[in-house]
Amino acid sequence: MIEVRGLTKSFDGVRAVAGIDLTVDRGELMGLLGPNGAGKTTTLNMLTGLARPEAGTIRVAGIDCTRDPKAAQHLFGVVPDDSNLYPELTGLDNLTFCASLYGMGRAERTERARLLLEEFGLGDAAHRKFGGYSRGMKRRLTIAAGIIHRPAVLFLDEPTTGIDVASARQVRQLVRDLHRGGTTILLTTHYIEEAERLCDRVAFMVEGRIVTVDTLENLLSPVSDTHVLVLVTADPTTGLTPELERLFPHLRFEVVGAREIRVESRQPIAVGPLIREIEERGATVMEARRERPSLESVFVRITGIHADQMKREKERKGGGGGAS
Amino acid sequence: MKALTAMCSIMAKDMRTYYLKPPNISWGIIFPLAWTGMFFVKTGTGLESLQGVLPGVVAVAVLFGTTSMLAVTVTFEKKGRSFERLLLAPISLELLMLAKTLGAIIFGIANALVPVAIALGIGGIEGIAWGPALGAVTLTSIASTFLGLFIAVSVSEVFEAQTFSNFFRFPMIFLCGLFFPVSQLPLVLQPLSYVLPLTYAADLLRYSLGSENVLAPGLSFAMLGMFGALLFAGSLHCVRRRWIA
Ligand SMILES: Nc1ncnc2c1ncn2[C@@H]1O[C@H](COP(=O)(O)OP(=O)(O)O)[C@@H](O)[C@H]1O
Ligand SMILES: [Mg+2]
Repeated sequence: MIEVRGLTKSFDGVRAVAGIDLTVDRGELMGLLGPNGAGKTTTLNMLTGLARPEAGTIRVAGIDCTRDPKAAQHLFGVVPDDSNLYPELTGLDNLTFCASLYGMGRAERTERARLLLEEFGLGDAAHRKFGGYSRGMKRRLTIAAGIIHRPAVLFLDEPTTGIDVASARQVRQLVRDLHRGGTTILLTTHYIEEAERLCDRVAFMVEGRIVTVDTLENLLSPVSDTHVLVLVTADPTTGLTPELERLFPHLRFEVVGAREIRVESRQPIAVGPLIREIEERGATVMEARRERPSLESVFVRITGIHADQMKREKERKGGGGGAS
Repeated sequence: MKALTAMCSIMAKDMRTYYLKPPNISWGIIFPLAWTGMFFVKTGTGLESLQGVLPGVVAVAVLFGTTSMLAVTVTFEKKGRSFERLLLAPISLELLMLAKTLGAIIFGIANALVPVAIALGIGGIEGIAWGPALGAVTLTSIASTFLGLFIAVSVSEVFEAQTFSNFFRFPMIFLCGLFFPVSQLPLVLQPLSYVLPLTYAADLLRYSLGSENVLAPGLSFAMLGMFGALLFAGSLHCVRRRWIA
């Protein structure tokens, strides 16, 4: 459905997107996962015709969008990272206006708008001005506006960033329903768990490049037999790892925060000796927890970027959200 | 057909959210009145000179009415990102920008009717050629709307659009022969008058509203049409280059 080759874009000489290749099949839910500044939004903007690629080709449903970015826009639904509806219009008016942009007739668009408002739990807010909605309501209406014309391809930019946990859960369910209904979806996120829960395939994007792209199953298979243990200490443990690695050569150690050590192994990890050795070196272990192997460990291994690092970066920009 | 639905809807939305707001309507009435009053106070003349003042007031009403709207309908929406929705809509940029400006053009024409209606009410107006007058007002409205559009797409902040508009509007009032003939301007400024669209608009309005014109009406029509086309094309170029960057 979407075929991208060598897509490139720079801003003031800095590569925001550095020659990416990407294919999304019909009906697939593909996730573009990467930290803030990776180039996800820039990629979506080029795909949807809001930004001009410097190099590369884009084809959607066989239509060459590189030459004419407008040619396939009737197929697209776009949900931007920040709600861009009209604050002075009501929820209902916003939806019918968006539908009309795609040529939908008056009766049909009013009916569909009412239906979506109900479906998205916004029925009571239909006649209230969009400007007065909460963040979560705004995001839901923005998604409704993106799908009101029943697009074949839906682009979602960070659909759950900056909204409350309950709204985020609702949004993810809406995305699943759309996927089940056959819509081809490309979504961006910096929440690893979100990509893991929602997507058929995931592309890891870092510094304008796609470093890995595969199905969730294939991505997870190398870690499915990995055991992960996280140790939280009362005191900083910096400088401890080389010695631990010498003592336990079959384990991999990684310092996550100043007080957190992550241990990985192919075999079950014996907790006792590990804690003894650490405490002998003057650090008190407060907590030892096993972690289920997840996309997170794959992402960390491939990109060297930690999940909480990604969250910190983004949430400084404002927004709570989080996958749950 | 689909494009037409989209265009009508864009226009209707702008009308409802921007044009038909009380401040804009009162502005359209108070502004021409203030200009007319100011002129009478300044020159100390009476109602007998109303006929001579009317074309200038009409031109000012159209110019200010149209250009001030584009800062809101275009620059403000671009700033608030809702303009992105329009850029994502499957209609050509030409039709989109026409839909965004058609409302302002109609608003400009409506603004022109206010001073004309007032003048007719007061009396002492004669010799209005309604056909040419409507044509002149329409073309004036188109040219000044596209001037406003060009300014609105060249800047990124609403206040910049407003500042730049005034940078053009106020000098044009004096350079374009609205209230005294271009021939009375210092010789060095006169060529400048003829590269400004409002000069042709004012002359055409004088011709159709029963005053004395200096240029051939056909020439003024052609020049206004040309200005309109150039400004519209320039605006589209700007959007393609700067907004879809
Ligand atoms: N309009 C712009 N002008 C200049 N730099 C930009 C612009 N848009 C994005 N960038 C830069 O491009 C890079 C990628 O940004 P973006 O696509 O927004 O990343 P993401 O969506 O993954 O967070 C960042 O370094 C960002 O600063
Ligand atoms: Mg982004």
